[in-house]
Amino acid sequence: MNRQIIKLFGFIVVLFAILIGFTSWWSVFDAKALKEQNVNKRPLFEQQQIPRGRILAADGTVIAKSIPKGKGTGKRYVRHYPTGALFGHPIGYSFMEQGQTEFEQYHNAELTGEESEFGSILGELTGQKQEGEQIVTSLDPKAQEVAMGDLEAAGYGAVVAIDPSTGAVKVLASNPGYNPNRIPDKLKEWNQQKVRTPLYNRATQASFPPGSTFKVVTAAAGLESGVITPETTINAPGSITDEGHELANDYNQDWGSISLDTALTNSVNTWFAQLGQKVGQDDLFATMEKFGFNSKPPIDLPEEELSKSGVYDYESGTYLGRNDPVDLARVAIGQERLLATPLQIAMVAAAVANGGKLMKPQIWKRVVNVDGGVTKKMDPTVYSEPISGKTAEELTTAMEGVVDEGTGTNAAISGVPVAGKTGTAETPNNKECGGGEAENQAWFMGFAPADHPKIAIAATVSCTEQFGGDVAAPIFRDVAEAILAGE
Amino acid sequence: MTRDRNREMLALIPVALLLTAGFAAVFAQENSKLGNLSLTYGAYFFAVCLATHIYLRIRLPHADPYLFPLMAVLTAFGLVMIYRIDESLARDQANWFVFGLILFALTIQFLRDYEVLERYRYIIATIGILLLLAPRLPGIGEQVNGAYLGVKIGPISFQPAEFAKLAIVVFLASYLRENREVLIVGARRVLGVTLPPIKHFGPMLVVWGATMLLLVFIRDLGSSLMFFAAFLALLYVATGRFSFVVIGMALFLLGSWFIVSTVPHVHDRVEVWLHPYHDPTESGYQILQSIFAQADGGLFGKGFGQGLITIPGHPNNALLPAAQTDTIYSLIVNELGLFGACGLIATYLLITARGFKVALLANDGFSKLLATGLTAVFAIQAFVIIGGVTRVIPLTGVTLPFVSYGGSSIVANFVLLALLLLVSDRARREAEEGASRAERGEPLGALT
Repeated sequence: MNRQIIKLFGFIVVLFAILIGFTSWWSVFDAKALKEQNVNKRPLFEQQQIPRGRILAADGTVIAKSIPKGKGTGKRYVRHYPTGALFGHPIGYSFMEQGQTEFEQYHNAELTGEESEFGSILGELTGQKQEGEQIVTSLDPKAQEVAMGDLEAAGYGAVVAIDPSTGAVKVLASNPGYNPNRIPDKLKEWNQQKVRTPLYNRATQASFPPGSTFKVVTAAAGLESGVITPETTINAPGSITDEGHELANDYNQDWGSISLDTALTNSVNTWFAQLGQKVGQDDLFATMEKFGFNSKPPIDLPEEELSKSGVYDYESGTYLGRNDPVDLARVAIGQERLLATPLQIAMVAAAVANGGKLMKPQIWKRVVNVDGGVTKKMDPTVYSEPISGKTAEELTTAMEGVVDEGTGTNAAISGVPVAGKTGTAETPNNKECGGGEAENQAWFMGFAPADHPKIAIAATVSCTEQFGGDVAAPIFRDVAEAILAGE
Repeated sequence: MTRDRNREMLALIPVALLLTAGFAAVFAQENSKLGNLSLTYGAYFFAVCLATHIYLRIRLPHADPYLFPLMAVLTAFGLVMIYRIDESLARDQANWFVFGLILFALTIQFLRDYEVLERYRYIIATIGILLLLAPRLPGIGEQVNGAYLGVKIGPISFQPAEFAKLAIVVFLASYLRENREVLIVGARRVLGVTLPPIKHFGPMLVVWGATMLLLVFIRDLGSSLMFFAAFLALLYVATGRFSFVVIGMALFLLGSWFIVSTVPHVHDRVEVWLHPYHDPTESGYQILQSIFAQADGGLFGKGFGQGLITIPGHPNNALLPAAQTDTIYSLIVNELGLFGACGLIATYLLITARGFKVALLANDGFSKLLATGLTAVFAIQAFVIIGGVTRVIPLTGVTLPFVSYGGSSIVANFVLLALLLLVSDRARREAEEGASRAERGEPLGALT
């Protein structure tokens, strides 16, 4: 019988080896896939047990922190946002049942301390508990407050302010906003809302007709391609016929032969429409794409919460490229099916302000670990170089004219030279506004000080009967002043 | 032999240290400070083990020196895990541990001549079957998750299958000892397959039928598998005919396939095993959470006391259902990782190895078969429950021997250990006597 006993033992060794095999499969080899299973809520619950890192504004104001609740193994951390609705966008929220959005979602790994696998294994061996890292952002609470206040007074809209030399995002405001502390009770209700949707980030997710602000892009393409110089004149009659339809200036004003400065200062439609046709679709689209159009903006927010800018074809649901048929003259003046996010327009302003170099816009500034040491720092990187330094200078001069004596005088700051461009797109029957006839999308984009830019801003107001120069330019001014005062 | 017993005593020291360290880890986790209570628990546990050791030194000086410390390791491990889940459950378990040791001592005291069991084998078999069917008796039977595994008489509830497994193994060892020759000699080859003689095929069919009936009655695939596998293991060792095992396996698969397709509860268990994601929040919840818990463990685990058992903020909603019994292995993987799990399985393997060693050394057929059967049923039980929570086989409500919470389990397994040590003591004593006689030049035949 002894031989059989030994064989039986061998069989049991095999059985136990199978158990170790299966355990290894679940615990190590298949673990990653299992953790990503939708029905697996364990990782989410576990994250609640980790004190999630704080999110701070540039001046140290606490935007988000974790508060412990319960005791023992039931102990968990609940997110609290001391600044309330001020930073609902772009910080988003993080709750166990409602999930995460925006900045909270994008920077989840750092905030939960999951950054390096090595670190966590080392932590396991030494019995150290996982703890989230703190993120300091470049957001400026004072300027954000000014932006939110102005937007609330004006209606719906968004403001984006970027430091052109680094890409640091100082303001990213969207109104109507929401108080993230109320997400656990209000999420469902807010999600069902059809108009005045508070969870929709109008600065990054929404795209609007950019109107005349886009003329800066057209001008950039003209200068950069050599089609025009600042001295080149184009005859700008009161109206032209484009693809069988009239394309007119405000009040059908005939400007005669004028150069870029005059055309931009007075936002002359017929001048830029003809420039667009001269530049051609290839060069105009090439310049657009270098400014970031037709791509998701390279900001540190979840990609699914960002919109592209470009000529959007509703029927096919696609952004059109340089070979698709478009009404080029109307694209050149920011009409046609052209849509842009406020973030994209701010990126255009920032690129011009930074001598033609577009920096990657980033909200985070540095990651600080539990012991107070900086583990990562935002390293300003060039996203693209859409225009030369010379072109940027020429554009700046023209944009200064807009604020000094043109449509954007309301953006002027005493003692500080400002460069900018207004925009007003007619958006009749806009559902978001309730379908009114006289609704406009008003814009202002620009930077200050024009000779040594510290801040580039795009401000937009939806559902307004006013023009960009009247409603958006003052917002630009207030926000720019707030930021420059804090410098 | 004192050298063996000294080894046993030395082996108990790391056990007590493990227990102390384990409790210390849980305390550190829960209170963020280290009290001397963990030391008290460790000392208490060590004292109880030492008392048992001294008892063994007197009563069974020749018995295998590793079996008791190995099982003490498992108990210590289980106590720490249960303590970490629920303090009051650990207190119960500690009481059951002491009670189990008392029954362990009583078994050794009164069953020194364990051949007496052979004389009562049919009574023992009947008791075994009755125990198995008891959960279906009205008034005392208890249904848990659709399976009939528990019995409740007044305030005491227990799992009769734990004790039935001992009775069945004793019966089978005795029956096969008597009939093994006939089963071998009378075997015929039909179409190249060795079949047992028709006359003796009967009892085999009876065991098979009983198992199938068990499956229908108690609706627990795991226990049925455990009993039938123990039977096949013994049949194989007794006859040396692998073909019997193959035939038995085929019969079992055929029978259980039929029952799975007709008995809804058993069918559901198999469905959940094959397609856990079909209903992830209800029927598939336990097995999926068991696997998710393992996925979170990784190589090293999250550390003692750091795994999640309930949903944070909802202490009554289980994240890992039945963590103290069915899924304790998943919690171990979660907190101690693959390494911890390998250590645990290695401990079961070492016990199995020592158990079979006892069987190898035993001189008579009954002792050999008894030791084999006890060891096999112990190892298979561990396989059935670990296999259940790792989705090797359908998940059933069998306990993880010495580790899971449960009085019946720990008490029955200590009786199992007592029987193994009894067989071991005699086998090793006889071997030593034989050796010393051979040294003195006495004829070995005088042994009988």
